[in-house]
Amino acid sequence: MRKLLILSGKGGTGKTTVASAFIALSAARAWADCDVDAPNLHLVSGAFTKSIAKDYHDLPKARIDADFCTACGRCHDVCRFDAITVGSVYQADPIACEGCTFCLHVCPEGAITMEESKAGEIFLHTREDQVFSTATLKMGSGTTGKLVTAVKDQIKGVDAPLAILDGSPGIGCPVIASLTGSTLALMVSEPSVSGLSDLRRVVASALQLDVPVAVVVNKADINSKQCAAIKRYCTDEHIPFLGTIPYDPTVVTHLNEGRNLAHANSPAAVAIKAIWERTAALLEVL
Amino acid sequence: MAENLTIAVLSGKGGTGKTMVSVNLAAVATGATYIDCDVEEPNGHLFLKPKVFEEETITIGKPEVDQRRCDGCKICSDACAFKALAVVNKKLLIFPEICHSCGLCYHLCPQGALIEVEQSLGVLSKGYRDDLLVLSAELKIGEPSGVPLIKALINNIKGGITIIDGPPGSGCLVHETIARADFCLLVAEPTRFGEQNLALVHQLVSLMGKPAAVLLNKTTGGANASEEYAKANGLSIIATLPWDGQLARTTSSGDLAIDGSEHYRQYFSHLLAQIVEEARRA
Repeated sequence: MRKLLILSGKGGTGKTTVASAFIALSAARAWADCDVDAPNLHLVSGAFTKSIAKDYHDLPKARIDADFCTACGRCHDVCRFDAITVGSVYQADPIACEGCTFCLHVCPEGAITMEESKAGEIFLHTREDQVFSTATLKMGSGTTGKLVTAVKDQIKGVDAPLAILDGSPGIGCPVIASLTGSTLALMVSEPSVSGLSDLRRVVASALQLDVPVAVVVNKADINSKQCAAIKRYCTDEHIPFLGTIPYDPTVVTHLNEGRNLAHANSPAAVAIKAIWERTAALLEVL
Repeated sequence: MAENLTIAVLSGKGGTGKTMVSVNLAAVATGATYIDCDVEEPNGHLFLKPKVFEEETITIGKPEVDQRRCDGCKICSDACAFKALAVVNKKLLIFPEICHSCGLCYHLCPQGALIEVEQSLGVLSKGYRDDLLVLSAELKIGEPSGVPLIKALINNIKGGITIIDGPPGSGCLVHETIARADFCLLVAEPTRFGEQNLALVHQLVSLMGKPAAVLLNKTTGGANASEEYAKANGLSIIATLPWDGQLARTTSSGDLAIDGSEHYRQYFSHLLAQIVEEARRA
């Protein structure tokens, strides 16, 4: 199964818009929303006939039993995550706690236990031969990278030639988790000083993990000078440049109504169709 | 405005205008501090163009093993919650990219075979744009977590007005960013995507007990899902910023809106005064 991941570095450049159109244009049978921090792909994926929800568990978190705590302070001294609150009895903050168990090892009273913690929910939606994997993160929960891997694992065994993965902004753990094992990372950039700066960093992140990259520029006519700068960067770095998408106010109207851009004939929709053809051709040779 | 006030600018969804709002707010405040907590993709410095006077490498400790001392007892690898250590054929293997630097393995090793070695996580830079102190940090490519960089950044809050430009999302980085904030300004765009992510970050700031208000950005006069969310959920709407092609061009070129436009200078000065007022009431 080839895995096409949509990334951007900078947020709000149009990852989900492009991913949702590609899902329709490629008649994909498997797709996933790897932006577990701020998922949106479900809004444009339509209705499903079957949905399975599962709890997602983080590492167990420390809990201090007030009946046994003597406020000796050893747990506070060793905790590197500022997760122990000092008081007449000490308390462990389940949001700050990363579950390392150091405090449990040093507590002379045996007052600390590790408690299972629900970090979110993971969903597998199906209709006919299509599957869509997504998740929601519980507020204050931290392990987004592991949750992204769990989201991807749900569609691993699907018998389909292509899976489309909608990524998250940034370059940190969720992005690294989404990049692992991807065939191609398509970067949706925007023509701005920030867009190019962020593009450079996400391209470097992908290449460090040996994932090939290609670039498109969305809302390209907002700033033609910056768009040219991105094209120049791609030429200099030998990165395939797969096209531009014009700023098109009807895109927002379309998405707000939950409609897929693949079924539209607006300037942005036409451009995305041409970009999909080039992306598909590139995927064939990878 | 001599009082101490730390304002975190957040959005949930990326690309709603956090950095544009943060840098313009910081630039109209007198003697303020701007902190860019989007350490994965920092952009504030592109607009503020500070004269950097100090750069500091932020490091994080990762274990290295002295193979002559290690007898392959597995005490460390059995205890590591993150599975960053494994013993294969009596030999200890270390996976630094999944290590959380908790320090437990050094404490447990009976042979003293594990040594903590500081590794670079990124660079924190300090600079001035006139009387505005500009702090930003850049996470090293391939590093999973920028949390220690954010901690180092917010340790520099010196009083007066501080504007924190937050990372997107509502996960651990955002949580760390708002820990010290007195007030959260949520920047939202009118789309359903924007509304969904506004709801998530609103839940997070509510959970953390932080007063917050929303700025409705890129409004067009048409339907605004974020506005509907705010009204239905008792979230105060502090201001509206209509879509403006000229503002988009200025910002995409890396320029401050307040520099070329008296209208935007007044807009952001007024917004800052409103935030101070609303934070004081809260």
